Order: sequence, then structure tokens, then C-alpha cells
Amino acid sequence: MARKVTGAKLAVSTAGAWLVGFIIFFPILWMMLTSFKTELDAFATPPQFLFFHWTTENYGVVQERSDYMLHAWNSIVTAGGSTLIAMLIAIPAAWAMAFAPTKRTKDILLWMLSTKMMPAVGVLVPIYLIYRDFGLLDTRFGLVVVLCLGNLPIVIWMLFTYFKEIPKDILEAARMDGATITKELIFVLTPMALPGIASTLLLNVILAWNEAFWTLNLSSSAAAPLTTFIASYSSPEGLFWAKLSAASTLAIAPILILGWFSQKQLVRGLTFGAVK
Amino acid sequence: MATQQTRTLGRVLIAPAVALLFVWMIVPLAMTIYFSLQYKNLLNPGEESFAGIDNFVYFLTDPAFFTAIGNTLVLVGSVLAITIVLGTFIALLMNLPIFGRNFVRLMVIAPFFVMPTVSALVWKNLLMHPVSGLFAWLMTSVGLQPIDWFAEVPMLSVILIVAWQWLPFATLILLTALQSLDEEQKEAAEMDGAGAISTFFYITLPHLARPITVVILIETIFLLTVFAEIFVTTGGGPGLQTTNLAFLIYQAALLQFDVGSASAGGLVAVVLANIVAFFLVRIVGRNLEA
Repeated sequence: MARKVTGAKLAVSTAGAWLVGFIIFFPILWMMLTSFKTELDAFATPPQFLFFHWTTENYGVVQERSDYMLHAWNSIVTAGGSTLIAMLIAIPAAWAMAFAPTKRTKDILLWMLSTKMMPAVGVLVPIYLIYRDFGLLDTRFGLVVVLCLGNLPIVIWMLFTYFKEIPKDILEAARMDGATITKELIFVLTPMALPGIASTLLLNVILAWNEAFWTLNLSSSAAAPLTTFIASYSSPEGLFWAKLSAASTLAIAPILILGWFSQKQLVRGLTFGAVK
Repeated sequence: MATQQTRTLGRVLIAPAVALLFVWMIVPLAMTIYFSLQYKNLLNPGEESFAGIDNFVYFLTDPAFFTAIGNTLVLVGSVLAITIVLGTFIALLMNLPIFGRNFVRLMVIAPFFVMPTVSALVWKNLLMHPVSGLFAWLMTSVGLQPIDWFAEVPMLSVILIVAWQWLPFATLILLTALQSLDEEQKEAAEMDGAGAISTFFYITLPHLARPITVVILIETIFLLTVFAEIFVTTGGGPGLQTTNLAFLIYQAALLQFDVGSASAGGLVAVVLANIVAFFLVRIVGRNLEA
């Protein structure tokens, strides 16, 4: 099947692909480099590519002046918390729809999908007012709730597509061998479902970590996750590029690493199984 | 098939998810509809009264509304065009035999994982700054006059940032689709004397039709409500040049506290998104049966 590849062809396509990859990745690379510069070097013309005075002081300053760790912790709590709660609600539901489908299962699934289609801005006013009246503005709890519900449809969908692929025959085989329902769950189904659950978890943490509509509108300081915190660097008073870069690098690094692991599941999760 | 018992159990397991999503969708939507029919401004509490369709008339006849709709369409259309054309090209390139494919893939998909506020600020400052930005230096070194991106071509600047964020998404989906294309079909075409170009147009492109449709629909839903990128770069300006529908509603709601007309605008956004969602849900639903 594989056609013979000549050396010249391989060289040309490799060079092209690396060039394209480099260009696309460049803004991130440039940001990472800038985070190790002094503010003076960050502004320098012509730009300093590699031969500048490398320093890590920006990272220390970001923490000291703006309590970076608080915002990182807010991101961890809101992204992690909303994901865990969504999983607790979604696993039983996806499980039931995959293993005991009824006539209405398809309609329920599509309806759930359609709730994800509702633009957040369409319900900004009521959510904002409810949050204001219940004292939920700028609280981690408030963000957890809104992120959890916002991503719930995607979580259910992803889990459903994974669970559906678990062969049902295997249950009967286990039953024939005398397995009880509990044993079936623990020894047969759970191991088969775990990879799907893990990748759903991963993708949802990424989505929640980067969510920037609700976090910008519903949090300002105490509960502000990294998205809101970074936005505060957009104020015109004084440009601190090196510090902005340091804060940004810290904010995206964990998710970049997680994302690289989850790239295979990404397509499936974001297209609701329409492209595999 | 499912017994009565498992069916009951199934309902119990689904109930919490359905109930929560129902509340999450219906309550705010009902409130939005209610507010859209009221004169209500947070600056004048206690002065609510029934407005009929006045808010809609006000919002829909506001010249800013048409500007915002126009900007929204330009933003969505341009980003779609850029990401799909470039995405197809890059996916084809990455589908060739290349050395170090996995590493290239990591670089290409990275922008998708960068939070919107970070990408917007990095582009605005580090790259597009009119004096110290990298683009300014590049243009000066080839003898051109540097552009003051966000003052001279604000919409193009926003488009570039958003397109950079969504390019990996389109590329990744199209690449996944390409990898499921039957190589033998292409080989057969080549043996019949088809050139690279006709192979692309008669075999590859038809195969990509469906994934491209999916990319268009999903991106449209997210792009209709681009917010953070505008919020941290231009704030909708200069003037109204980068105000899209989402930003206009945000301004009415949280800057002018005009709950009534913001709600009317919100409903317009819901209707627009639903038109797109209708087609997407149909495609996904068809796939569910297969």
C-alpha cells in the first residue's frame, strides 16, 4: 500500500511542513522567549532573538506584585471542580443512553447538543442579575456552576460516543460465566470505559481552563481565574511585555502539555462524533 | 433489549442531567424574553414598566446594530475562509510523508490551547505594536512603512488573531478526515492518468465535503460570539469598527445597564445561532443512525 517515497520528495515536504509548523507556533515561542528578557530587551528594536541577557526575574515579579498563585489556584479550582461535577452528572446519563437506549434517546441527545448552541451572550443579562442578587459574582462557586453547566452537553456527548463502542456481547459473556452485576461493573465495564472517561476529563479541563466569556463577565478579582487575570494586562498604563509574557507562559504551559496529550480525542469531542 | 427494570433505572440515571440542562436553558431564556419586553435599566431601579416591542424596535433600528451585524458577518466569514483554505492546505501538507510528523503536529495545534486573552494580548503587543512589535520590524527591514494595526486596520487585526486560534481546529479535523481517505482510490486514479490537481478536485475534495461542512458549522457557532479577543484588544473600537453583536450586547448590558434592549439583542443572537445550529444538529443526527 505505502508508495515508495523518494528522498527528494521527503525532503521537500518535510521542509514545507516544518516551516508551516514553525510559523504557526512562532507567536507562542516568541512569547516564551520574551518572558526571559528584561523589559528593556523586550522592547528593543531590532528585536533580540536569542542573544539577550536571559533572566527569570519576571516570573518572581509576577508572583510578588499580583499574587499569581491565587489566580492559578482559582483556575485549578474552577476548571477542575466544574469538570468533576460535570463528570458525576454525565457518566450515569451517558451510561444509560449507551447501554439502555430507548426510542427517545436520540432526541434527548440532540436536544442536549442544542443547549450548547445557545450563545452565552443571549443569557448574559439574566445570569448576571441572578448572580448579583444571590451574591455569586466574583465567587469560585459561581464560576464552577456556570462552567459545569456550559460544558455538560459536550461531556455527555463525548462519554456517550465512547460508551457506545464498548461491545455489548462482552456483558453476556461475563454473565454466562456467572458474574454478578457488581462484578460486571468493576471487572468488565470500568476498565473498558476508563480510557474514554480519562480523555473526556482531559478535554473538558482544557475547555474550562480557557473559557473566557463567563470568567471575564462574572469575575473580577478575588475569584478571577487566569483568563481574567491576564486580561488585566490590557490596561494602557505602562506596557510590561516581559511580565505579561511570563504570566502568559505560566498560564498556558500546563494546558499546552495536557492538550498535546489529548489531541487525538480533540476531534471527536469537538465534532460530537461527526468526524472520526 | 432493555427490560422494564433497566428502562426505569435508565430514566433515573438520565434525570439529573436532563433536569439541570433544562433549568440552565429555560430559566435564563425565559428571563431574557421577559426583560426584552420591559423598560428596565439598572441605573433606575424600581422604574420597570411594560415596553411591548419597543426594545426590539430600539435595538433593531439603532445604526450600531447594523454595523455590529455587518462586523459579525465579516469576522465570521473571513475567519472561516482563512481557516478552511489554509487548513486544507496544511492538512494536505501534513498528510504527506514527512520526517518528524508528530513534532510538526504539536506545533500546528498549539494555538488552540492558548487561552483567548493570552493570544489576543500577545498578538496585540509583541507582534502588532506599531513601534516595537515584530511585524513593524519585519516591515521596516524590507523597506515598508510599518502599520499601526489596531488603528488603521482594526478589524483585520482581530480577524488575524481569531483565525490563528481556529486554524488548528480546522487543520486537525481535515487531517483526520484525510487519513481515512482510501489510498487505493487515489492510486487507481493516478494509474488512469489523473494528475495531482484533478485527483484533488475529483477525489480528495469531495471526500472532505462533509468534514468541511462540520468545521463551518461548529466554527460559526463559536465565532458568532467572539468576545474576549475584542474585549482585551480594541474594546469594540475605534468607533464601532470592531463591535460585533456579542460586544454590542455586552455594552448595552454591563456598561449602559440597559437590561431591556440588551435582552432584545440577546434574543437576536439566539435566533441567529439557532439557524446555524439547526443544520448542525441535522448532520450530527444523521450520523447517529449510522
